[in-house]
Amino acid sequence: MDSNKMMSMKEAVAKYVSDGDLVYLAGFTHMIPFAAGHEIIRQKRKGLTLARATPDIIYDQMIAAGCAKKLIFSYSGNPGVGSLRCFRRATERPKPKEGQPAPVDWKPLEIEEYTHFGLSGRLFAGATNMLFLPMRTNIGSDLPSNNPSIKTVKDPYTGDEVSVVPPLKPDVAVVHVQRADKNGNAHIWGIIGEQKDAAFAAKKVIISAEEIVDEKVIRSDPNRTLIPDFVVHSVVHEPWCAHPSYVQGYYDRDNEFYMQWDEITKEHGTTVKYIDEWVLGVENRAEYMKKIPAEKLRKLQFKPALSTPVDFGTM
Amino acid sequence: MVEYSPIELRVIVAARELKDGESVLVGVGEPNLAANLAKKLQAPNLNMVYESGAVGSNPYRMPLSIGDPCLVTGAKSICSMYEQFAYYLQGGKIDVGFLGGAQIDKHGNINSTVIGSYASPKVRLPGSGGACDIASNVKKIIIVTPHEARRFVEKVDFRTSPGFIDGKAAWKKLKLQGGGPYAVITDLCTMKFDDESGEMMLVSLHPGVTVEKVQQNTPWKLKIASNLAQTPEPTEKEVSALRAIDPTKIYLR
Repeated sequence: MDSNKMMSMKEAVAKYVSDGDLVYLAGFTHMIPFAAGHEIIRQKRKGLTLARATPDIIYDQMIAAGCAKKLIFSYSGNPGVGSLRCFRRATERPKPKEGQPAPVDWKPLEIEEYTHFGLSGRLFAGATNMLFLPMRTNIGSDLPSNNPSIKTVKDPYTGDEVSVVPPLKPDVAVVHVQRADKNGNAHIWGIIGEQKDAAFAAKKVIISAEEIVDEKVIRSDPNRTLIPDFVVHSVVHEPWCAHPSYVQGYYDRDNEFYMQWDEITKEHGTTVKYIDEWVLGVENRAEYMKKIPAEKLRKLQFKPALSTPVDFGTM
Repeated sequence: MVEYSPIELRVIVAARELKDGESVLVGVGEPNLAANLAKKLQAPNLNMVYESGAVGSNPYRMPLSIGDPCLVTGAKSICSMYEQFAYYLQGGKIDVGFLGGAQIDKHGNINSTVIGSYASPKVRLPGSGGACDIASNVKKIIIVTPHEARRFVEKVDFRTSPGFIDGKAAWKKLKLQGGGPYAVITDLCTMKFDDESGEMMLVSLHPGVTVEKVQQNTPWKLKIASNLAQTPEPTEKEVSALRAIDPTKIYLR
């Protein structure tokens, strides 16, 4: 691991994301690292297995851009809006016939599907190096018969059949956080989703942060450090990384865009045009943010709601 | 007499099912409205737990998604996604879970995965999310849905979340810790489940609705309870309290 982990998103993706990797961009509809997804598209990574409980707009974009070979997920909708149309185009259309040319917008996608408990359990098992994780779900659902990775074992105590899921160990996880120090000690608050599990389960971890703070700030509030520096490989200072999703205490969801995405993706052509302009047509997140009117960004600012300070004093 | 929309009727009838002191697993949309309405009326001590790990939320607006920061500001507790499913749901701390789906069959099985076959679906839906986990672990599943013939099917194309499978005997064999489907609330009626067969049964007609109208929108011969009731008309108090929860009509279109 480098002693200096601070780098740009461009450098972090170039260094830690390779073709064919299993990638987990974390965040349960909150703090989704869009900037990382866009950089992966710009660097034209191929054959990725994309894992996320909620693929959200970011994986819809990566599927449309041709980065993905496979999707591991538990809820593939546009949260609060409806469908993810690029995902649907990739899964609903029949395969082109043998010997016939595939249409230009044909993006075949393998899927591996779980429940939310199943997928978050897989990350927990990955993070804690469990061999598999038993859970009270899946039994009675048609999911296990369509996903050979969901198996049953005999409970050695009662003899009952128990559903189990295997550990998930991503090659690389990207976790966006409110603040981190330059070594990657990361403070996260609000909906904390599967961020900690993803970071501990992954072989390589990229932290991106709204703010880079002094180590003293981190040490003043250690309960809030969900991810410690020694599991982190790279730290990126990336304000607005999660736009159009939200970051507690920093900015609201750009809900207008979540609704526009439904329109944009009605055709593959308009989807490609969006990616050309907003992803491939910019160098980095700072350039992307310059394209958004300042007035709109002002509207996304949250009103502060500070917590009562706690006393970490000892003798 | 106060006027109300079909969505308002569903939400008000659903809210009446929640008892003070119960814990309810809430999703965005209609369940969130029903839980917040019950809390304002008969259930001030309702414990609201959201799938994203927000507990005892006090949202100042209608959440845009399950991870909306408005569920966090002023909440009692926040935990991770895995902890929510493990401690609260599997831990047996949740009394009621609300579910919906593209298809619901006569034994309360729910499909939110695919229309058609799994391998080459006609319509690919979002999938389980937490639905199967909720169905397997809560004491009462309440299904809130528009009453449309295309949604009610004799057998679902894909069983995302188990109801009573093909009857109580099959369900008992699964040894789930949850209590299974409890009620189906539509804009026409409330249906519950026959104790012995686990089959859906009409128990209460909403104002102005006939048995024939319910049957027309239900593609199998629906069982009717011997003591078929009339759902009390939504009151002025219920309707105005509900509209105050969603003043900009994000969900109450």
